[in-house]
Amino acid sequence: MASELRLVGVGVRYGGVQALDDVSLAVAPGRVLGLIGPNGAGKTTLINATTGFATLAAGSIVLGERRIDGLPPHRIARAGIARTYQNIRLFGALDVRTNLAAGAYAQAGRLSDDDARALLARAGVPDVPLAATAAALPYGDQRRLEIARALAARPTIVMLDEPAAGMNPAETARLVTTIRAIAGEGIGVLLIEHDMALVRAACDDVVVLNFGAVLARGTPAEIARNPAVIDAYLGTSGEATA
Amino acid sequence: MNLGTFYAQHSRLIDQIGINALLALSLSVSLQAGQLALAQAAFAGIAAYVSAIAAMQFGFPLAAAIAVAIAAAALAAAALAYPVRKLRGIFLAIATIGFGEIVRVVANNVDITGGAEGLSGIPNDVTTPIIYGALLLVALALVALARTKFALAVKLTREDENAARGVGVDVGMVRFASLVIGGAIAGLAGALYAHAFYFLTPTDFGFARMEQILVWCVIGGVTSPAGAVVGAVLLSILPEVIRPLADYRELTSGLILLGVILFVPNGLSMLWAKRGV
Repeated sequence: MASELRLVGVGVRYGGVQALDDVSLAVAPGRVLGLIGPNGAGKTTLINATTGFATLAAGSIVLGERRIDGLPPHRIARAGIARTYQNIRLFGALDVRTNLAAGAYAQAGRLSDDDARALLARAGVPDVPLAATAAALPYGDQRRLEIARALAARPTIVMLDEPAAGMNPAETARLVTTIRAIAGEGIGVLLIEHDMALVRAACDDVVVLNFGAVLARGTPAEIARNPAVIDAYLGTSGEATA
Repeated sequence: MNLGTFYAQHSRLIDQIGINALLALSLSVSLQAGQLALAQAAFAGIAAYVSAIAAMQFGFPLAAAIAVAIAAAALAAAALAYPVRKLRGIFLAIATIGFGEIVRVVANNVDITGGAEGLSGIPNDVTTPIIYGALLLVALALVALARTKFALAVKLTREDENAARGVGVDVGMVRFASLVIGGAIAGLAGALYAHAFYFLTPTDFGFARMEQILVWCVIGGVTSPAGAVVGAVLLSILPEVIRPLADYRELTSGLILLGVILFVPNGLSMLWAKRGV
């Protein structure tokens, strides 16, 4: 069941723009890989390429033993990769219960109310009513519901695209617990995040993207000390050494 | 007035209402999947001609003629599904209306359909119980379908095609299936029409009819099959009950449509389903 996601030499081109260039990385079961980088570095493109929403110009993507690049999005979802979106993409007009049932669409059988509540609890929002309309929930709860919907698919890999965006510090701190718990279940997590405190607390490994290419990789502590990363992303080296 | 006289006086209207309800259901299948595919009248027209020709020229019994007609309509829908697979919204509407016009023009110009003069003398062997029996069967089939996972896939496709793909819904298959199922239902309605009214011209299933079907669905509530039926029944009866309205049929239906869009944007189905989807 637990299998590794490997991207090898992945390239994506949008018209004349090289959005991703020769990117290789692996998301291992039970580990959290942070993906950081400036805006436009290609982070979301990497999730889109993995989940079949962007076409590869080069490279390959393998889940366990199975090559998944070139498959349509719904086949990749069924293969065990679930995701959330930078701009929340819940089924806003539908209730919480149906959103979770949507997440479990590819699973056999029906999602019971108990199953639905268990998913909400794992995503850190046990008290959200199942009959509530998704779009009417507070922003932070919507982000959590998206995570719960991803978990409903019983995924091997979960890709979270800026799950802390719009959350306050207390909510962000609780999100760390949620993400670590997901990895604790043996799921491989890829986390796109700008908040370095969250990255440091939640991630086992970090990959830094810049202009579509891998700039650096290592543990969060190593990345925080890397001069090239500091220069490109975390702040000018002048500030860092001051 | 007893029931027998009432039926004798209004049997044509009663039959027409049943057929209209079927046409409304056929379009609601597409609308529920969020697809503004407006070829239902054309599918019905194809089936009407196929069943009429099967009965008149090849001596098919009624059941066989209807079955062949439904198959022809479903096949036409399947054939149309491929070229429109990338079209959405207004572009899909235009392409499918164009398909309807092609069907009408062809029917107008080939010999086997009788051209503009149409076909007459179609065996008149569809009765009111057959029409309402068919309507009941289709309604039951749709209720059964609403309990399956396919119904969830349809709902998710309507709400957000990409998010639906992201949870494993084969959106292309949903769009294809909804067009073909809707086409088959429209085909049934068309075949019944041919045999209930035994006279058929190319304009019977032209753009004006398609527009009527859409109005019924919008008035009833675009995502509600029951609403579509109510819309069809209401707008079929209204001009008969209020006689002056019959002369201004298009104007009246236009005003009603405007009123619904302005005041009950989700259609009449909102009146009995307070919340929900």
